Amino acid sequence: MRLDTNRDRTLPILGAVLLAVIVFGPLLPKWALFLLTIAIAKGLVSLGLMLQLRAGLVSFGQALYYCIGGYTAGSLGRYFNISDMLLQMICGAFAAVFVALILGLLLARYRGIFYGLLSMALSMILYGLLAKSESLGSTDGINILPSTVFGIRPSQEWLRYVVIVTGCSVAVFATALVHRYLKTPLGRLAPAIKDNEIRVEYMGASVRQAIYVKYVIAAALSGIGGALAATAVGHIDPDMAYWTTSGEFIFITILAGTRSVAAPFLGAMIFEIIRTVAFDISPNTWQMTLGISLLLVIVFLPEGLWSLFGRRKAG
Amino acid sequence: MAVVLDARGINKRFGAVTAAQDINAAIEQDSVVGLIGTNGAGKTTFINMITGYIKPDTGSIHFQGRDITALAPREITRIGICRSFQIPQLYASLSVFENMMVSLGVVLRNAGLGGYFSRGRPIVPGYDAPAEEVAERILERFGLGDYLDKNAQVLPGGVRKLLDIALTMAAKPSILLLDEPTSGVSAEEKFGMMEMVMSAVKAEGATVLFVEHDMEVVSRFAERVLAFYDGRIIADAAPEIALVDPEVKRYVVGGELHRMDVQQGAKNA
Repeated sequence: MRLDTNRDRTLPILGAVLLAVIVFGPLLPKWALFLLTIAIAKGLVSLGLMLQLRAGLVSFGQALYYCIGGYTAGSLGRYFNISDMLLQMICGAFAAVFVALILGLLLARYRGIFYGLLSMALSMILYGLLAKSESLGSTDGINILPSTVFGIRPSQEWLRYVVIVTGCSVAVFATALVHRYLKTPLGRLAPAIKDNEIRVEYMGASVRQAIYVKYVIAAALSGIGGALAATAVGHIDPDMAYWTTSGEFIFITILAGTRSVAAPFLGAMIFEIIRTVAFDISPNTWQMTLGISLLLVIVFLPEGLWSLFGRRKAG
Repeated sequence: MAVVLDARGINKRFGAVTAAQDINAAIEQDSVVGLIGTNGAGKTTFINMITGYIKPDTGSIHFQGRDITALAPREITRIGICRSFQIPQLYASLSVFENMMVSLGVVLRNAGLGGYFSRGRPIVPGYDAPAEEVAERILERFGLGDYLDKNAQVLPGGVRKLLDIALTMAAKPSILLLDEPTSGVSAEEKFGMMEMVMSAVKAEGATVLFVEHDMEVVSRFAERVLAFYDGRIIADAAPEIALVDPEVKRYVVGGELHRMDVQQGAKNA
């Protein structure tokens, strides 16, 4: 663990995943491509949660930025007739960052349960606003224009494939950036903040600033994820900001663990698979299946699914 | 010698308690100053005011001629005044080495190095080596070489103390404030530990202020003693003079003896 000598395989893994999606994508059924795309979208949001969790902060309202991303994508189509999914994801990220730069000033002052509940409150305010706004479809939401990439509209046959390849490329790029961030002094500060804020301050670093930066990065990731989910589903509604959506992201993050930037994507995929299968087998008790699987992970793999891959921590 | 830290006319009250009353102290560069006094005499308050954790009601603190009274703790750390803690403040979930690396990371960041776009291994200011090497060097100096991979949570008490002090060295401080560096360390280990700390600190050339209850340690390591009683400095002199001062004997050393007796009595009971 000491000198970072154990080779870091994160970037090759990310590259391999992208390659696998490109190569094997055409062989997969459409429903599987859809499921994977949603997993990537939710994985991005959970990656943002993971950044905060590493610093000991749990946001119960990450859906706020997921929803902002989704509605930015929807509004681009509705008001500007823009259906380019890359543009939607970029604008989703920017809109989320814009809001986070303001709300982050407030949230970076809070810790523990206050941080969690305040973020949830903000998310529920957005839910309330959207549910009341007629022009954005109130509780019914609005449809999204069929995705295009660089002005090309893929045929129905290839649509899902194009969406996942584009989404996966953006996700891999963003994840690589986050990975690099975690290697910088500011990124490495997260576990230290979790352990001992007093010491961090007495070392000459600003805890509040570090949390602020993490909050904004998390928002950007969530905005991208929201836009990707919106374009994949083709529809958005205020439920994207509802607190149960935030709960899903927390579920995924804890399921995955905080060891690697790739973990949230694995967690999201497993979450989607468990949910789909559980729903298929028993539509009325699928939540129970989810609950039990999380319970098992917490009891047997307290550091998340990713600990199955990494070496056991020394000491 | 040049005065590096200058506290002038400091007063501080917490409600009815006077924690500092007209404190004046000019600390000279590269000196080793022992702060003594019974519990509640105002030693830690003095340290807390120097590091910006507590603001004095009146008076000012100057560091190298600059007024630092109003600065926040992290700003004071950045200009070169670092402190250790009576109860070690470590990153419990990280290894000893990682504890050091986090600290050096902050130093690099404050120097504008190791940012998002920088490449290679940046050189730690003041140490002329990359962070990994500096971390090992400092930890070795504090006798922590055998513990590099150990989690901070599982360290024995004395080692925790040493790590707590070692972490302050990351920023290569010009003033180091040690709050009871030997508290919680057994009587036999105290001298060895102070010896190690002092040689490690002096190797990097820092002015040291340390709070200490053991008068033997004080007389051996301090060049100058500030004796606190009831928020006032009642003696400010070399240890051989200060420790025999009648007031000091009555209020501080006697108090310490009394305290030790009480502790001893409690142990025997």
